[in-house]
Amino acid sequence: MAIEPRKPPSQLLPKLQRALGGRAGWSGFVLQLLFVAALAWISYEIVANARANLQAQRITAGFGFMANTAGFDVNQYLVPYSNSDSYTRVFLVGLLNTLLVSVIGIFFATLIGFFVALGRLSPNWLLSRISGGYVELIRNLPVLFQILFWYLAVLAALPNPRQSISVFDSFFLNNRGLVIPKPIGTAGFEPFVVAVLVAIVVAIALSRYARRQLFESGKVIKVWPYVLGLVIGLPLVSALIFGAPVSFEVPALKGFNFAGGSRVIPEFVALTLALATYTAAFIAEIVRAGILSVHQGQMEAGSSLGLQRGSVLRLIVIPQAMRVILPPLTNQYLNLTKNSSLAVAIGYPDLVSVFAGTTLSQTGQAIEIIGITMGVYLLISLVTSAIMSFYGWRIGRSMGG
Amino acid sequence: MKRVSLVVTLALAAGLSAQAASAQTLKTVKDRGMLSCGVGQGLPGFSSPDDKGNWTGLDVDVCRAIAAAVFNDASKIKFVPLSAKDRFTALQSGEIDVLSRNTTWTLSRDTSLGANFTGVTYYDGQGFMVKKALKVNSALELNSASVCVQQGTTTEQNLADYFKGNNMKYEVIAFGTNDEAVKAYESGRCDVFTTDVSGLYADRLKLANPADHVVLPEVISKEPLGPMVRHGDDQWFDIVKWTLYAMVTAEELGITQKNVDEMAKSDKPEMKRVFGTDGNLGEQLGLTKDWVSRIVKSVGNYGEAFDRNVGAGSKLGIARGLNALWNKGGIQYAPPIR
Repeated sequence: MAIEPRKPPSQLLPKLQRALGGRAGWSGFVLQLLFVAALAWISYEIVANARANLQAQRITAGFGFMANTAGFDVNQYLVPYSNSDSYTRVFLVGLLNTLLVSVIGIFFATLIGFFVALGRLSPNWLLSRISGGYVELIRNLPVLFQILFWYLAVLAALPNPRQSISVFDSFFLNNRGLVIPKPIGTAGFEPFVVAVLVAIVVAIALSRYARRQLFESGKVIKVWPYVLGLVIGLPLVSALIFGAPVSFEVPALKGFNFAGGSRVIPEFVALTLALATYTAAFIAEIVRAGILSVHQGQMEAGSSLGLQRGSVLRLIVIPQAMRVILPPLTNQYLNLTKNSSLAVAIGYPDLVSVFAGTTLSQTGQAIEIIGITMGVYLLISLVTSAIMSFYGWRIGRSMGG
Repeated sequence: MKRVSLVVTLALAAGLSAQAASAQTLKTVKDRGMLSCGVGQGLPGFSSPDDKGNWTGLDVDVCRAIAAAVFNDASKIKFVPLSAKDRFTALQSGEIDVLSRNTTWTLSRDTSLGANFTGVTYYDGQGFMVKKALKVNSALELNSASVCVQQGTTTEQNLADYFKGNNMKYEVIAFGTNDEAVKAYESGRCDVFTTDVSGLYADRLKLANPADHVVLPEVISKEPLGPMVRHGDDQWFDIVKWTLYAMVTAEELGITQKNVDEMAKSDKPEMKRVFGTDGNLGEQLGLTKDWVSRIVKSVGNYGEAFDRNVGAGSKLGIARGLNALWNKGGIQYAPPIR
């Protein structure tokens, strides 16, 4: 009769208890259940109560209004829009306008922020004082005030359309914005695009090859003349064979405004400029802190290898600083996106202006519209955070940490 | 402003049950000892604070008349200045008891907002203002113009309809408040500023050189402006409605702020009904017998209020036009008080 080894007692139940109730055990689990139930009950009460009150006051509820005709115009749209489109279309137009300002604003804020940070750390006395002055001035003034400053004080000082500042009679700057010739694709457009794409792909492959050669055999291959030749030459050849890729519709003064061409509206410029410069001041400080967090020895080690200051920063310091910079940088990106809702003060047609403003007032359905708008900002913010987290994870991986 | 609308939305969502039982506005107002009245944010003639900080204007006088009828004291009011896009939410959520803020009466507003219009304080229409230097004589010459407008008004849709109907192109720049729109127009961002004609005259006064701007002759819409109250409280609806009618009736009967005490002694049956010396019409409304004299004593009759705020006696100098009494060539008309 074989003696079976005694099995250790099953760990399943205690494990489950710990997972569900934490250190408090089952009573903790019950408390949590009660808490969740209370939350659910409160949310249900809020929804039910609002619904009952809306009904009692005979206020229209629901999302049916989204299909109704909007009947008003918007002066900047990235998707085709006319006043006979629905509120859903208005929502899309506003959302895209918000995203446009956010993306371009984030791009420029990052660019300016990095340069100001580097300037502030520079050994050049003048440069570092100017950068410091920029940060202190810009970040201590309210952003709404800055938006109004760019819009009313700077852009409104431009001349009226009849006295536009013109360059080559095809670019016009006036208080209605910047009017530029509009490219219109012609027969040679598609081959041209293909040529550009091919040139870019080959150029990337070439520089990768050169890099591998450098690491493997230490051979330095000068690739940039080939890259330049490819990127300029190939599209040029295509244009010679298939004809010019685009023709330009030159704007002309007609009536009160310019007809033809494309136009960048001053509201967009003012808002983007204000948000980018404002956020850049904060980003500059974050980047500066990040760079200073990298040990001084790293810089010295880089210099002792014979690298230039720029190369040391680019190859050694900034990659390490990025881990410190990234989380607060994400916050600034989110702030910029949310601050873009101040657009309403200068008449830029963003989501809050056309949807939570005009649409709300025309339909009177405040709960639905504010709900959708809050949901959209939440979503934009979560997506931004997710992208930044992914980027941070990649940096961490590439540094082996 | 955004924060205000968010707060009231949340209040609405949380469904303050006090508001759900809204059939007691009169009681709520009396308990509070104060009328909460939604007005504009500074439209001369209709609702704007004067240089001493007192609210004045035709819309403001309607609020005062209601307070006078309820409290016999036209000063028991809290004025809540509202932008066009926040006004309905403020009324729906119970932040204000009555909205008297040059609001156009339309079918969709009457039905879907959970509110009712109580009458017309001013018959208006939408017009255009341009700089004289542009040498434009008609709105039909405005093809390709840039137009500044306050968002959240019927104006935006009328504008779209008018330009579409006349096959003209335009660019619209919509601002959160009226002042921002006027400022942008003045700075040259737009060729045209559009709002109700009365508003154009009022806003023109605010410009640096009013004489450099001209209001075009076209009136492109009907804009009957009037006070609004919440659905579901018929008594309060009646009080607000008949307050305005009392002012119109007073003008019709020649009762003015000055002669009201004398007129109250009249033996005419009609006068006795109006002044409550015969019958209890005021009490049927939930007010007192002397409600009409309370109103006229504090703000005067409709004609006096009109002249003082927007008419001949004011800086605006707008003619009575449609707003004259029905028996004097206009369409202001009150059902009989009997």
